[in-house]
Amino acid sequence: MREITYAQAVREALTEGMTHDPNIILIGEDIGLYGGVFKVTEGLLAKFGPERVRETPISEAGFVGAAVGMAMTGKRPVVELMFMDFLWVASDQVFNQAAKMRYMSGGRVKVPMVIRSQQGGGRGNGAQHSQSFETIFTHIPGMKVVLPATPYDAKGLLKTALREDNPVIFIEHKLLYNTRGHVPEEDYAIPFGVADIKREGSDVTLVSLSRTVLFALEAAEEASRDGVSVEVIDLRTTVPLDLEAILKSVRKTGRLVIAHEAHRRLGIGAEIAALVQEQAFDYLDAPIARVGAMDVPIPASKTLEDVVLPGKSHILDAIRAIVS
Amino acid sequence: MPLTQDDLLRMYRMMLLIRRFEERATQYFMNGQIRGSFHPCIGQEATAVGGCFALRQDDYMTCTYRGHGQSLAKGLDAKEAMAELLGRRTGCSKGKGGSMHFTDPRIGLLGENAIVGAGAAIINGAALTARLDGTDQVGLTFFGDGATNQGVFFEALNLAAIWQLPVIFFCENNLYSEMTPIRDMVRTDSLADRAGAFGMATAVVDGYDPLAVYDTTLAAVERARAGGGPTFIEAMTYRLVGHMVGDSEPYRTKEEVAEWRARDPIVMFPRRLVAEFGVSEQQIGAIDAAVAAEIEEIARFAEQSPWPEPHEAAEDMWA
Ligand SMILES: Cc1ncc(C[n+]2csc(CCOP(=O)(O)OP(=O)(O)O)c2C)c(N)n1
Ligand SMILES: [Mg+2]
Repeated sequence: MREITYAQAVREALTEGMTHDPNIILIGEDIGLYGGVFKVTEGLLAKFGPERVRETPISEAGFVGAAVGMAMTGKRPVVELMFMDFLWVASDQVFNQAAKMRYMSGGRVKVPMVIRSQQGGGRGNGAQHSQSFETIFTHIPGMKVVLPATPYDAKGLLKTALREDNPVIFIEHKLLYNTRGHVPEEDYAIPFGVADIKREGSDVTLVSLSRTVLFALEAAEEASRDGVSVEVIDLRTTVPLDLEAILKSVRKTGRLVIAHEAHRRLGIGAEIAALVQEQAFDYLDAPIARVGAMDVPIPASKTLEDVVLPGKSHILDAIRAIVS
Repeated sequence: MPLTQDDLLRMYRMMLLIRRFEERATQYFMNGQIRGSFHPCIGQEATAVGGCFALRQDDYMTCTYRGHGQSLAKGLDAKEAMAELLGRRTGCSKGKGGSMHFTDPRIGLLGENAIVGAGAAIINGAALTARLDGTDQVGLTFFGDGATNQGVFFEALNLAAIWQLPVIFFCENNLYSEMTPIRDMVRTDSLADRAGAFGMATAVVDGYDPLAVYDTTLAAVERARAGGGPTFIEAMTYRLVGHMVGDSEPYRTKEEVAEWRARDPIVMFPRRLVAEFGVSEQQIGAIDAAVAAEIEEIARFAEQSPWPEPHEAAEDMWA
């Protein structure tokens, strides 16, 4: 079985997509010769040339806006934002333009564009390079929101994103790029809105996404040694949200933990907790537990960052609290 | 190609249609039949028509909340436009867009925009599509003097310049951004000078002269089609009414308004057609009558159109 890294998986999806669809155009900062600061697009300039791998000035609003115009006129731009934190500089073009164009036009235009970026902390990058924003994109209607946790999911979900006729926010994680995993040689795509059960279990449902899935799996393994069987569900996309997969699991386990790296306050965990109590209240045997980053900016120092960002131990604590 | 008498009459007809459309919409607004805010382009018809007549239907355009006239001049169906203002399902956006979001990709209209400066970034992408596809389409974006202080506007100028995109940045300098004189908010005398600093051609034109606007825009369009890159046009113009309906206008004098009103293009252009281009008074009169009748038909269509059904609120989210 072939194993490649998460970064390679993203690159493969881009390469295959661009080979099949000449309308796919990459744009972003330093994505050409250098291949992006995380080297995800390395080699693509040589393969596809400067018209399709377009280097931009440091001008996020300007080039995200250009991507909106390209998408509205038949191209399929794939924007790389160097860090998701820089989104705010282009936020008007994302939230007021890309996300609303179709609806505001009564369905007359479509905006098939992908914004790729990496988010998250754990590397000491400090408060302006470590945030997690899936909740924000999930809150504003008009974008599909994708957060792969494994190389397999990264490639399969990006292949779908490159065929999607709506704006897609494709959220990678900076500490996943070097993780390795099985990715088949043959072509495949993973549909949006289908959560993946990464580990089956019967006592607790543990919903997670992006890099936190890896911690969730470690926590589940450790809990199993205490005799607690944890089912780990990787959402993979928050828009659309596979609520049915969550409900199905909760009806079986009666217990729910949601763990994510975004801030705990109003994180996706809050939404899922609300939905589950609305639709599966009678099945719950314990309060729903949420694990997320402390509600402070992400600090740089390792000892502080370790406290602020959730990891295996935070998830284990939450599991133990609701099974005891 | 010089404009024929027929072209000139079509230009006048469109200018008049825009004026009458905006006047009728103002009435609707005062009656409470148009909700939200409404920013008439009364007084700015010559820029809309002179600029859009230099474009083809397959050229791309973005504009602003003050873009009813530009949208009509680009080819938007006036009935659909009025129905949209009244919130009807027959509107160009099925009632979901309203006054500030006229959009119709079939005529290259990539949207009015309610965010000052945003359309300049979007037009670059459309122009890039044209370039990548090897067509000779161009993109034109209309915006106001106030938009030239937005960060994204400078980003858009720079991107168009470095990529030599076929774009016309068309600034309607009507001297005010909402209630603020632009001279208080920009240190240089000329807005065109600022654009020139990005490395693109610039032009300043009398925005009350539709033919001068047409010639200036056409020169920019031809340069863009030929691969000569972007142009910034500063058209000096003036709105003869408030920023929005209900504006008390304490920021300008009656004398200033009167000075511009004396040059009202809707009055002056037909006189000039008669004096200089061999058009008869009868021809002008026939256009006036035809537009008056057309406006009644537009109004009737809009008023009699059905409202959207509640379930439609959830539609048109996803392609
Ligand atoms: C980003 C943003 N800031 C502020 C506003 C509020 N606003 C609407 S129109 C306007 C004035 C714009 O002036 P100008 O660009 O000169 O255009 P004009 O209205 O004169 O046509 C302002 C400040 C807005 N719509 N968008
Ligand atoms: Mg103005």
